[in-house]
Amino acid sequence: MGGQVATDQELTLVPSVVPAPHDRRGAVSAFFSAKRKTRLAMLLGAPMLWLVLAYLGSIAVLLLSALWSTDFFTGNITHTYRLDNLREVYTQSLYRTVTLRTITVALVVTLLDVLLAFPMAFYLSKVAGPRLRKVLLVAVLTPLWASYLVKAYAWRSLLAPNGPVSWLTGGHTPGYGLTATVITLAYLWLPYMVIPVFAGFERVPRSLFEASADLGAGAGRTVRSVLLPMVFPAVAAGSIFTFSLTLGDYIAVGIVGGKTQLLANVIYGQLVTANNQPLAAALATVPLIAIVLYLLLMRRTGALDNI
Amino acid sequence: MYLSSRVRRVLAALTFLGLAFLYVPLILIVLNAFNRSRTFSFPPAGFTLRWWSAAAHSEGALHALGTSIRAGLGATAVALVLGTMAAFAVQRFDFFGRSTISFLVVLPIALPGIVTGLALNAAFTHVLDPLGIGFGLTTVIIGHATFCIVIVYNNVQARLRRMSGSLEEASADLGATGWQTFRLVTFPALRGALLAGALLAFGLSFDEIVVTTFTSGPAVQTLPLWIFGNLFRPNQAPVVNVVAAVLIALAVLPVWLAQRLGDDAASSRF
Repeated sequence: MGGQVATDQELTLVPSVVPAPHDRRGAVSAFFSAKRKTRLAMLLGAPMLWLVLAYLGSIAVLLLSALWSTDFFTGNITHTYRLDNLREVYTQSLYRTVTLRTITVALVVTLLDVLLAFPMAFYLSKVAGPRLRKVLLVAVLTPLWASYLVKAYAWRSLLAPNGPVSWLTGGHTPGYGLTATVITLAYLWLPYMVIPVFAGFERVPRSLFEASADLGAGAGRTVRSVLLPMVFPAVAAGSIFTFSLTLGDYIAVGIVGGKTQLLANVIYGQLVTANNQPLAAALATVPLIAIVLYLLLMRRTGALDNI
Repeated sequence: MYLSSRVRRVLAALTFLGLAFLYVPLILIVLNAFNRSRTFSFPPAGFTLRWWSAAAHSEGALHALGTSIRAGLGATAVALVLGTMAAFAVQRFDFFGRSTISFLVVLPIALPGIVTGLALNAAFTHVLDPLGIGFGLTTVIIGHATFCIVIVYNNVQARLRRMSGSLEEASADLGATGWQTFRLVTFPALRGALLAGALLAFGLSFDEIVVTTFTSGPAVQTLPLWIFGNLFRPNQAPVVNVVAAVLIALAVLPVWLAQRLGDDAASSRF
């Protein structure tokens, strides 16, 4: 009702206030704004219904179910609200060890990907000629589309006891375990880092390099004082993916990790093997909180505008 | 920036090392599909095409492929409609909470897959199941569409940002109705972005496994679920190798199509 009154006022006020040449445009936009709210509601309604109701609603159900419990004998879920599961998750040393291991793996994978992506993006964006650059860009993008499972499987084959790495190094393969997990995850998420970092490099105009050189800076100083601060938000954006994807992965870990367990493996185990959905839900709050904290931290760098 | 030739050479070397890191495992998989040995062994025992005909007759793989395509088409259709609507709202309107929309749209892929999967699983079990909608293709499509919306949204939004509203205003000034303007002005300008968005969304859905695991139920098997289910079965290994090689070869397709669309589409996967 209030909105209706405001637009009515606009309709009557606009022609008298705005000078003559703008009269028609004012009337047109007033006409649009009268219908705008309905149009906006029609446009936003369905997507918001889906994302808020289906998605945020699901997360709400997940968080609620973390407070329920599973009957030990029947396996049925008891719908009483208790903090037991959360207390167990946040106090037991086993879960703390797994959480620490997972976050360490996520950080190491992110760091490896930054180290691999940075020179590639630098070369593609600022050194390679236009034709080579186009070819290289396609070459970097294509593996992103190769199936995730196939890539994890490829590393399983590479690191197999009778596989190529073992054959090349005379048996000095890391085998399946934590090292293999880190390598495979870094491999899987590398394109997710290269693409935003490349886009970040592209946003740095060449004229800035010339200005920096004119002011007497060498290449090293230009990289440090001009390039790095400008590319940092893009690196942060890439790191959201490498971090979040690592926190949520249990499949690649299962394929190359041997006995290694990361958070997602433990969650999966509780849900499927132990049939304890409430405890799995309580465990899922750990990566959820970790990534929300990480997103808040990265928001200050402007990373979210780079996604 | 002046870079000494040594720095340039180091950067080039690191780039090609990075590319080698990306490609060696993929090449290995393709080679392995022609390996005569049933179990994985290196160097390959010899050349054969036997596994390719075995794969072509693998009912499990073909059925799973069909399921994946149906799930991908369903999720893409939902994502196209919802993503485009949200992009229009954010780009063409100014309203309270506008910046929150972008955050909300990106959330399903920003959160770890296991969280999204478990949340949808909990909601489906406690809400949809009592309503009579059991786990199946529908729940897989709902799950996939949720994280595919952002892809379409990003593509359409980027296009709308570059395309000012003045064309639409001109069309309206010339007397076109809202529908005519959309059909004759807005939609043709958006076609490329919509195609790219659809392609990327389909690709993402086709490859997804974590959310799929938690939303599919026992009766539905997408291709990634089939591969994962057969990965550790020695007698299925040759067929898995062939499917893997085919999927690697198929990866060229979206990149090539995106190049043809003449957009930066392939790089805007997220």
